[in-house]
Amino acid sequence: MHDKTIARIRHGLASGEFSSREICEHLLSRIDQLNPSCNAFISVSSELALQHADDADKRRAAGADSPLLGVPIAHKDIFCTNGVRTSCGSRMLENFVPPYNATVVDKLSQAGVVCLGKTNMDEFAMGSSNENSYFGNVVNPWGSNRVPGGSSGGSAAAVAARMVPGCTGTDTGGSIRQPASFCGITGIKPTYGRVSRYGMIAFASSLDQGGPMAATAEDCALLLQEMAGFDEKDSTSIDRPVDDYCGSLNDALDGLKVGLPKQYFTEGLDNNIAASLQASIAELEKMGASFVEVDLPNQHLSVPAYYVVAPAECSSNLSRFDGVRYGYRCDNPADLEDLYKRSRGEGFGREVKRRILIGTYVLSAGYFDAYYLKAQKIRNLISEDFTSAFKEVDMILGPTTPTPAFKIGENSADPVSMYLNDIYTIPANLAGLPGISVPCGLVDDLPVGMQLVGNYFTEARLLNVAHRFQQVTDWHLKSPAK
Amino acid sequence: MAVDEDTVRAMAHLARVQIDPDRVAGYATEMSNVLALAEQMEEVDTSDVEPMAHPTHAVQRLRDDVVLEGNEREQFQEIAPETNDGYYLVPQVIE
Repeated sequence: MHDKTIARIRHGLASGEFSSREICEHLLSRIDQLNPSCNAFISVSSELALQHADDADKRRAAGADSPLLGVPIAHKDIFCTNGVRTSCGSRMLENFVPPYNATVVDKLSQAGVVCLGKTNMDEFAMGSSNENSYFGNVVNPWGSNRVPGGSSGGSAAAVAARMVPGCTGTDTGGSIRQPASFCGITGIKPTYGRVSRYGMIAFASSLDQGGPMAATAEDCALLLQEMAGFDEKDSTSIDRPVDDYCGSLNDALDGLKVGLPKQYFTEGLDNNIAASLQASIAELEKMGASFVEVDLPNQHLSVPAYYVVAPAECSSNLSRFDGVRYGYRCDNPADLEDLYKRSRGEGFGREVKRRILIGTYVLSAGYFDAYYLKAQKIRNLISEDFTSAFKEVDMILGPTTPTPAFKIGENSADPVSMYLNDIYTIPANLAGLPGISVPCGLVDDLPVGMQLVGNYFTEARLLNVAHRFQQVTDWHLKSPAK
Repeated sequence: MAVDEDTVRAMAHLARVQIDPDRVAGYATEMSNVLALAEQMEEVDTSDVEPMAHPTHAVQRLRDDVVLEGNEREQFQEIAPETNDGYYLVPQVIE
């Protein structure tokens, strides 16, 4: 029962093969059994979920239907859920119960989903390994000594372990695609502005974007169809109709032109991942795609620019957590300054504090031009590289990560080596482009992902190519789950 | 640029975040390493490049200046650490 995709669950619910209560009860008992060792969930809302499942079953019995009526999912604990604790992986919000829903939560609820709980994550989405969560690290279901990636590591692990068929995630520098790759699932980061950021706790506002994570591209299409769309409440939301992601999944790939950036296939990339990508390229060629080398000359400046822009925006965004209006407050503050300093010092973890300090530094008087302004100019160069490439090709193919999932503790001592994990995912965030990670092989019994990056608002085409690839390969069906 | 311990303490004060005195030296090293990474950007001349404002060049939307939300003060203050009579309480600021 737990091996069912969202598409399969929809079919089973519609045909009366099983009820929403049955599938939700099954998955909740699975979460009970697996979560103590995996730690993918911070909160499990069993009672509320079963209540919603019963509602969905009643609505269906009364003839109602909506695209995801009765389908169980989980939300990353960065999305505000009215009345359900939203911690963002932080002590600062350990007891924070939002008085409102994120737009993504509202939209998926309107589509009929049943939320089983909230998934673990690096604190405030800052991390690539899920080792920065106040609620403990998540264990990769593929190996008990491996990280699941981050920051949406709980969502990726929950889907990989088949505790839930789909989850929401967010991606600021790779936080959907990198854990999807490490856990052998599919995840798409849409174009910046495609999915509303309202109620999604802000980390780096010019980069943050929500998206779906699931076993298959088809399931990602089903979820994204409901998540995407214009929202008045997000000033960076784009007012543009949402494409029919599901309707174009089976389009032919004849004539598809794909670029292979010469900067991506170099010595920094694991040889076995490179071989998996070559095999994937051969599969796509068989279906009519052609490949050419493209040049992204400023690619190597992505990580440097990102680690200025992201900390700068983080230091600004996180200044709202002051111990006054909501969130953690220290005991017995001596005065107002002590209240601010200790509430923030005790409420934030080490990586968050590190980024606040770096962000404060690069935004301080005398350094703004050299760092933040420079990084925003570099972003335009990186973006122009993609624009030139998209004159020649429809999309770009490369690895999602330089290596398979690394060991817990392996990179935690050196922030810079941890940051370099996102070398292939960060460029899409800096340019605001959509990117998808698709399982494309196993290396040392660990899954690895292929990344496709498309031009603005080409999510439908990315999902189409990923779906067609999944019709002729079975990497996305492999799971460590029993 | 290498960051020294005084700079770490100054940034922590500006950001109003208390840091463990034992961690100051560690933060100085880590910040220096990240800034060294950032300084790779200097190799490219960007004097003729505009800074990015929005990836798809969207501009700020305007809407009519009308009230959209009701008064939700009580609901918001339910989750505050300390309130009284509709106000948020902090330690005394004015003697």
